[in-house]
Amino acid sequence: MEYTLTHKTYYDALKKNKLLGLKCKDCATVTCPPKMTCQECTGTNLEITELSGKGKIATFTTSYVAPLGREVEAPYTIVLVELEEGAWIMGNLIDIDPAKVGMELIGRKVKLGFKVFPGDMYSAGEGVRPLFSFLD
Amino acid sequence: MRRVAIIGGGHTKFMFNSPQSGVEMLAEASMDAITRSNLKPKDVQAIYCGNVLGDFSEGQGMVQSYLADDIGCFNVPASRFEGACASATMAIRDAFMWVASGYYDIVLAGGTEKATAMGTPLATRTFAMFSDGRYEYPSGINFPGIFAMLAHLYSSKYNIPLKKLKEMLALVSVQSHFYGMKNPHAQFQKEITVDQVLNGFMVSSPLQLLDCCPFSDGAAALILASEEVAKKLTDKPVYIAGVGQASSGKLSAQYKYLPRLRAREVSVKQAYDMAGLGPKDIDVCELHDCFSIASLIAAESLGFADFGKAGELWEKGETKIGGKIPINISGGLKSKGHPIGATGASQVYDIVRQLRGDLVNEGRQVEGAKVGLVDTLGGDGVIVNLILKAAH
Repeated sequence: MEYTLTHKTYYDALKKNKLLGLKCKDCATVTCPPKMTCQECTGTNLEITELSGKGKIATFTTSYVAPLGREVEAPYTIVLVELEEGAWIMGNLIDIDPAKVGMELIGRKVKLGFKVFPGDMYSAGEGVRPLFSFLD
Repeated sequence: MRRVAIIGGGHTKFMFNSPQSGVEMLAEASMDAITRSNLKPKDVQAIYCGNVLGDFSEGQGMVQSYLADDIGCFNVPASRFEGACASATMAIRDAFMWVASGYYDIVLAGGTEKATAMGTPLATRTFAMFSDGRYEYPSGINFPGIFAMLAHLYSSKYNIPLKKLKEMLALVSVQSHFYGMKNPHAQFQKEITVDQVLNGFMVSSPLQLLDCCPFSDGAAALILASEEVAKKLTDKPVYIAGVGQASSGKLSAQYKYLPRLRAREVSVKQAYDMAGLGPKDIDVCELHDCFSIASLIAAESLGFADFGKAGELWEKGETKIGGKIPINISGGLKSKGHPIGATGASQVYDIVRQLRGDLVNEGRQVEGAKVGLVDTLGGDGVIVNLILKAAH
């Protein structure tokens, strides 16, 4: 069985600032990032849908210790964002001083951007990360 | 299914920069396990081995096969298990299944890791491989980062001010070091204070250095045998009364449950149901405290506290010897160390010794302990639980 939405298609869209997800035609749940099956009902009756790219911060951290090859990025802030459509995705938060973020971030409304992760020797090529900034 | 017992174990010292290879460490632990079980290598019918990053840390795959040859278990079937930090517990669960089924009577299960040879940047990179490489690693997620995000979520969801939560978390690390000091196998044998935890280097907010377990080298191994064989070889068999294992997807896909890890609740229920026991029956527990917050999250899903309330267990001393549920009397991953491929075998080794009453001389025996629970987490969602029971 083929994927309705592969990571390549998902990333190609993200590089055009479009966030794609999968809407389940049976239970209406939106799955994002994409998977083979519906996150909720495990069905495969899925269609690609463009998401708003807006949501609110569910949780966050500022990382001061970076993995090999990414040391220059530290410190950086990682967020889990609850999208308007319900699913959560992981990304980075910009427009802030990473060293000064605190619990007040939780619940803040954000909108999507993107930045290419060029990849490293273990990543089988590049990736794209959602890059969130404040909506208000 | 037949009853299966653990009849002997071995455990190297956990440390930074071991002069030995992963195979050497595991061979030493294995030979101790074999000898203490009154067996010879030729008696071992199969090997189940946890090892996670030998490929990266010393350019060595297939450690299980070289181990078998090194200790003289020539040509036995030897299998490697990879479930990140839960690898050895997975190996023990499978070893249990093979003996319980009647296929084998005597097997060796354990694990080894030589993580510190990688140095911190590569170790941080490889440990991050146990999060979703395609959809989450591009954001720079790493292992402290996952639990750091769960800590903020825990504070928010259960309405515990972060400052208060951090003070509770510090008590977890302080207790681990208190008992680790008494464990000769432990990587750190020194007491720490709440002030030291709260003033440490920030790793990934809100987690500071002493909220985090170290990178470690070490190995541990156990002999599992059928009840019939066990009774001939030891007067103190410890039975595996229940087992559970569950998996989960990337962190973001677990959003409906976080900061709870649904896989743990599935896994421990399997183990409790199989043993016919519940949380109140557990006398001593080794749980997966890779980060201080991980202890609270684990204790709740294992049934020792209501959700959002586990910090009180440590505050009130209920997790110490003499408390309601003694937890990580080995020093835990935090103080004993966390050689990831070996950790599950180390946890089992310590519970077995508790249930045999072997820890009096180390000053950390839970008096009269009859039932123990092991909890091991790999990555952001592989969980294995084992319930062990003393024979007497």
